[in-house]
Amino acid sequence: MAQTTAAMQLPASAEPHRRLPFYLEVCVRLAKEKPMGLFSAIVVLVLFAMAVAAPLIAPFGPNELGVGTRLTGPSWGHIMGTDNLGRDVFSRVVYGARVSMTIGVAAVVVPTIIGLGIGVLSGYFGGLTDMIAQRFVDAFIAFPALVFLLAVAAVFRGHQVPGLPATGLLSTTNVVLMVSVGLLLGIGTSRIIRSATIQVKDSTYMEAARSLGCGHGRMIFVYVVPNVMAPTITLATLGLGVAILIEASLSFLGLGVPPDTPTWGGMLSREARSWMTQAPWMAIFPGGALSLAVFAFNMLGDALRDLLDPRLRNS
Amino acid sequence: MTEYILRRVLLAIPTIVLVIFLSFIVMRLVPGDLVTQMMAERPYATQQDKDQLRKELGLDRPLPVQFLNYLGHAFQGDLGISPWTHRPVTDELKNRLPVTAEFGLYAIVLGLLIALPVGVISAMRQDTVEDYTSRSFAILALSVPYFFTATLLIVFPEKWFGWSPPLIYKPWSAGPFSHLEYFFWPALLLGVSLAGTVMRMTRTMMLEVLRQDYIRTAWAKGLRERMIITRHALKNAFIPVITIIGLQVGTAVGGTIILESIFNMPGIGRYFVSAILQRDYPSVQGVVLVLAIIIVFVNLVVDVLYGVLDPRVRYG
Repeated sequence: MAQTTAAMQLPASAEPHRRLPFYLEVCVRLAKEKPMGLFSAIVVLVLFAMAVAAPLIAPFGPNELGVGTRLTGPSWGHIMGTDNLGRDVFSRVVYGARVSMTIGVAAVVVPTIIGLGIGVLSGYFGGLTDMIAQRFVDAFIAFPALVFLLAVAAVFRGHQVPGLPATGLLSTTNVVLMVSVGLLLGIGTSRIIRSATIQVKDSTYMEAARSLGCGHGRMIFVYVVPNVMAPTITLATLGLGVAILIEASLSFLGLGVPPDTPTWGGMLSREARSWMTQAPWMAIFPGGALSLAVFAFNMLGDALRDLLDPRLRNS
Repeated sequence: MTEYILRRVLLAIPTIVLVIFLSFIVMRLVPGDLVTQMMAERPYATQQDKDQLRKELGLDRPLPVQFLNYLGHAFQGDLGISPWTHRPVTDELKNRLPVTAEFGLYAIVLGLLIALPVGVISAMRQDTVEDYTSRSFAILALSVPYFFTATLLIVFPEKWFGWSPPLIYKPWSAGPFSHLEYFFWPALLLGVSLAGTVMRMTRTMMLEVLRQDYIRTAWAKGLRERMIITRHALKNAFIPVITIIGLQVGTAVGGTIILESIFNMPGIGRYFVSAILQRDYPSVQGVVLVLAIIIVFVNLVVDVLYGVLDPRVRYG
């Protein structure tokens, strides 16, 4: 639709207005119109950089014991203090970004594939496919998210999926967590993508494409998917915040990532809480990092929705 | 109306059976079952002992038989016996559910008491300081996890004022004041985090309603602002908000699981976590079943309320 309006306006303007590629344009508008959105985008980039370059940024290893005196407050040597085992809290917070950001990336990729898959097929084909898919989605949505994830975490507790490393970011628990969080978010997303697809399906360009003899594959990949990208991007960004919170909640309960990997949620957990009255920095910094990350993703998602939702754009 | 309610109830039954089925299957899908775990404490147990235990627990029968058996008993209110504590799951749930329900109710009520007025004021004074403040508050409420705020609440007042929120459950018989005081803090924390979503939805819906023609007509008639807001705008704005409140119940359930662990509450959330850690099939299934019924029921009530409040839904 945007292209047709541009073509109609073309003769009126003296020199043709060169449109930036869609995604670049969104970035430019984000910077111009949404200062909070831009700030959030920067925070997100910093967090990602922190996760990738953790060994360069962190002065100590995340599990290195006794690098300082136990339970000392923030100082120049340990800017976020040390914990009950003499580990450097700053290093642990930096490494903690790795888990959150990995979960975050998974929370974009997996739900987008699942959401687009179910949503587009369900909306595009309609009829019986839609009926069956949507009943499945119904049952899934009725289920409380945390209960589902806890049950899945419990099932896989103490088991190894063959072919995955025992520890680290791709350990069984982590992968199971990523897939189940992704499934959960993806199925929710599919609802909205389905309704977006139904709207697209009835548009004139779809009719034109059909009359030109396009097959289903071409119709879906060339016409439907690009046109439902806007809600998909928004949902993915908002889902990131949710996914990070979910991972933190599970780690907090001791059912998330194994304890040898530092996570923000795990650093706030039960064992740590017995030391926090003496050493509040043990709680403030990981909790603050967690809150900041979720806040940034929420703000960014909001800003993107404002920019990408045509209903809000026109008003 | 009766037909509408009846239809909704009938639609809810397959959802519940599906949920029971899913929880049943998920717990049994992966190897390393309950028997292996129970026998881990007895390293000298023979295969014969294991088979014996498996038989006692009814785990030697084919899955469909186990499932139908479970379903049959569940409909009679018998959810099995916990293999660890040897106590009936139904009794455990009966003792624990009221605590969780009370907690969840307080949290939702507190959340609404915060969210609705703030959301309405935010919409009435769009783009003012009040609006920006409350919107920032809403996003913060969504972003800061309640287990973090709970930690701060437990750590800091203790450090600064020597006061900390009560962390030992006080039953109603211990006096209504200490009972309510015990629930107040966790309910407030959960309520604030629920309030974020409801507040944003209330604001969006109010803004949409306030731009309608009939609101302009009401202004033109010379009605006072209070009248316009309470009589004309709120009623229409609240309908979608009710759906969000229904969906929040699921979120609240997740919140009770975590906060019960922090505040040592003897509710089903804490029971659920320990049942999961021990792979206590009957207890996990029992909790999932009860929670699923509650959530389906709440959504049913929401749907019916929808029909009551908005005639278009009923006849549509």
